[in-house]
Amino acid sequence: MSGIAVTTTINGDTVEFLCQAEETLLDVLRNRLGMTGAKEGCGTGDCGACSVVVDGRLVCSCLVLGAEAEGRKIETIEGIADGDTLHPLQEKFIEHAALQCGVCTPGFLVAAKDLLERNPDPTEEEIRFGLAGNLCRCTGYDKIVRAVQDAAKEMRGA
Amino acid sequence: MGMDQTFKNKAFKMVGTRPERPDGFDKVTGRARYGADFNMPGQLVGRILRSPHAHARIKSIDTSKAEALQGVKAVLTAADLPDLSDGDSGLFNTLENCMARTVARYDGHAVAAVAAVDTRTAKEALKLIKVDYEVLPHVTEIEDAIKDTAPVVRENAKAEAGLPHNIGSTIEFGHGDPETGFKNADVVIERTFKTEQSHQGYIEPHACVGNVNADGTAELWVCTQGAFGYRQDCASLLGLDVSKLRVTSSEIGGGFGGKTHVWAEPIALALSRKAGRPVKLVLSREEVFRGTGPTSATKIDVKIGVTKDGRITAGYADCYYTSGPYPSVWAELGATTAFSCYDLEHVKTIGYEVVVNRPKTAAYRAPSAPMAAFAIESVLDELAEKIGMDPLELRIKNAAKEGTQSSYGPVYGPIGFGETLAAAKNHPHLKAPLGKNQGRGIACGYWFNIGGQTCTDLNIGVDGTVTLTIGTVDVGGSRASMSLVAAEELGIPYEQVRTVVADTSSLGHNDMTEGSRGTFSSSLTTIFAARNAIEILRERAALMLGIPVDDIVWEGGEARAKGDSHGNLPALSLKEIAKAAPKTGGPIAGHSEITADGAGASFGTHICDVEVDPETGSTRVVRYTVIQDAGKAVHPDYVEGQFQGGAVQGIGWALNEEYIYGEDGRLQNPGFLDYRIPVCSDLPMIDTHIVEVPNPNHPYGVRGVGETPIVPPLAAVANAVSHAIGVRMTHIPMSPPRIVAALEAAKAG
Amino acid sequence: MVEVKLWGALSASLGSDTGRVDIEAKTIGELLKKLVEEYPGVEPYMTRGISVSIDGVIYRDNWTKELPEGAEIYLLPRMAGG
Repeated sequence: MSGIAVTTTINGDTVEFLCQAEETLLDVLRNRLGMTGAKEGCGTGDCGACSVVVDGRLVCSCLVLGAEAEGRKIETIEGIADGDTLHPLQEKFIEHAALQCGVCTPGFLVAAKDLLERNPDPTEEEIRFGLAGNLCRCTGYDKIVRAVQDAAKEMRGA
Repeated sequence: MGMDQTFKNKAFKMVGTRPERPDGFDKVTGRARYGADFNMPGQLVGRILRSPHAHARIKSIDTSKAEALQGVKAVLTAADLPDLSDGDSGLFNTLENCMARTVARYDGHAVAAVAAVDTRTAKEALKLIKVDYEVLPHVTEIEDAIKDTAPVVRENAKAEAGLPHNIGSTIEFGHGDPETGFKNADVVIERTFKTEQSHQGYIEPHACVGNVNADGTAELWVCTQGAFGYRQDCASLLGLDVSKLRVTSSEIGGGFGGKTHVWAEPIALALSRKAGRPVKLVLSREEVFRGTGPTSATKIDVKIGVTKDGRITAGYADCYYTSGPYPSVWAELGATTAFSCYDLEHVKTIGYEVVVNRPKTAAYRAPSAPMAAFAIESVLDELAEKIGMDPLELRIKNAAKEGTQSSYGPVYGPIGFGETLAAAKNHPHLKAPLGKNQGRGIACGYWFNIGGQTCTDLNIGVDGTVTLTIGTVDVGGSRASMSLVAAEELGIPYEQVRTVVADTSSLGHNDMTEGSRGTFSSSLTTIFAARNAIEILRERAALMLGIPVDDIVWEGGEARAKGDSHGNLPALSLKEIAKAAPKTGGPIAGHSEITADGAGASFGTHICDVEVDPETGSTRVVRYTVIQDAGKAVHPDYVEGQFQGGAVQGIGWALNEEYIYGEDGRLQNPGFLDYRIPVCSDLPMIDTHIVEVPNPNHPYGVRGVGETPIVPPLAAVANAVSHAIGVRMTHIPMSPPRIVAALEAAKAG
Repeated sequence: MVEVKLWGALSASLGSDTGRVDIEAKTIGELLKKLVEEYPGVEPYMTRGISVSIDGVIYRDNWTKELPEGAEIYLLPRMAGG
């Protein structure tokens, strides 16, 4: 049997899988692990729809090989809510209508969560540049920025 | 059943509020399933082989080695797709576009396909397919294509004698006599404008899973703007019975018109039929750019005359639009909409459909209107400057209103154009000061909007909750709007209604979500279905209370006995009537199946401020305001969302988006790196102002809003840039090299 | 009898200089049927699709829609969107 055996941690759970050398982490998540939250919008790291966090670093999972997940800690959109309790960012996205078709939303939420963890009180400009790696074609970004501002405020306990 | 769709002014309890959408939870948790998120047991991976040539005769295709590869279950060429179009040239063109038959007509045209056990094998199989091409001369640029010496793109394309052979059709609109009008003008400006081809740029590539059984039944899971339209197309192309093909629309990750045409779906089904197993076919981003439909590239020659006090005396436009290899309606739509905002005594527009060796043009949000608006609104801007008139005042003076004969023929009913202009005039944006290297532009736009075939079922559960089943795919939150409408009609809380989008086996035919018809059409049938259900609820209540049904009114979510003789009878809530339904006659439901007509046009006025770096030509949008008539905003958040999203697509197109072809006729930038759409840091907040001039043909006054927002931005941004740099820009996109070149030419000239 | 106005190309195919024809019809369905009967040159446009504007409101395929007395009737190419 061919394939590379990988053991990794995803959203706190130990996960094992077999993958081919050329498979990306995105391929593995979607096609082997049934985790379709991360989306393939371009396959070349230009759209951010596949954003995940690997060992605390925001990356495009289409640019990470499945085999590179070995021994690492991976966080995806599926791990952001705590059971049925949504993260403030998720709540604010719904409240502010920061999604229309919603396909870019998982990537944005992963990126925004990472942004706010590093910078809990960002200016509008910092939010816009912090999220510049995520493409949205439906919203024009206005309501996304407002949702992130509002979530940041709530998370600061303001 | 005929129901009255006339507008009735009323105070709304639900409509106009901003509740959370029913699909929100799934979309923020990654649970929502889009086209590529679904799998069928035993499915194969489908991949498409595409022509690397812009124009080539396919002499032969040798698939033997691919077929022999271990793990390959089917290989497809046009030989497996018999022509069932029976004289329907539109259907034949769709068939040929899905897979080339004897000629590859553009770089990226599908020529073969495989279904294999995994992606690695499928990719390997594609490499083993040998296609013998005879490369032919190609033409990709509009100005080259309309020359008499241009290579012939389509053998049968020619519209009429005397016209270049790559013009596939022409069309004319207008009234009066422009020559007379120009004689009466004090100032006449004549200009040529060009726009490059742009793509809808939805973040989700086309994806589907298709399965055809040996008995001719089939299923298709697909991201689409209309399951019924895709069912019709796939069934027609493959010779399947419509009723035997069940199409389920997934959540859709953007469409904007690009998912109203079939591309890879018939291929997936054909592969499945050949392999005897389901086939999952997902396009890569590169394939989306090369092999699905962008909008037209255009060349528009405009001539407009005005009197010195600002009255337009005549308008004329020659509109050249590219259609890819298959002539369609793109020039026609441009010629229709070009002068649609204005009240003109003399106007003429001619559309020329130009065939080129580029992908088949598809609809892109208000197709063809943004380019025509760019041309007309730019010239109006220049004329205003020439006669020393405020550009907004020039629009106000010539604005179309109720009773104006439109430039394309019919007389307008009540429209909100004037109201958007008045709102713009009073908007603080116009008073904001401008800094160094900054300029301001205004522009206006219009889309006619459509209705169409629509079916809706409203089923009341025994617990009193309501399932509203609609057939218009939800592209941007319309399920919330439909729930609001049903709740409004029934007088029950929003949370008691759940709206779902049906598959093709569960509802009658619904036209696509396009033409800004989704909310207009489905809200209309929702209202009718609710009123239908209310009649039944009243009958059941009458039975339960033992009084004549004419003595029952439906109010506040309850059946109430009216009049004094029934004074002591309790009102019956929806819940109570529903609970008793099994005993009073069975399940309670309302239905509506109509062709929705009477869609109201939506007009918009945009204001844009830009700052241009004169050294690099780099442009930043500093402030942007969208003012548009929605008739009645059912869910204002989602109306604002349409305004903002459409405006930003227009901004991206105005400043940077274009298809770039090489001398070899191949697309140079089929990816999001080099086909760069706006990112978050490019933009400011997009301010919105909803105007509401009710559509007289909808009970709530609803007008479609989705498309108009993309119509003014090309011109609004161009006018702003032109003012910022003091040079008139006539070529979209105004990317930095073009602005620098314009500045240098102005300095030299 | 209703007076029907036509867009440019259709007008030419009907051999009309004025851009108008008179047709005896009470509904859209009758109008389109009579048009093809009296002016066979219009057939290709029918296949392509025609919209009918009645006093500014655009109808697509609705054969049952009545043509009110004195209404302004305009024939256009069938409209689509994106």
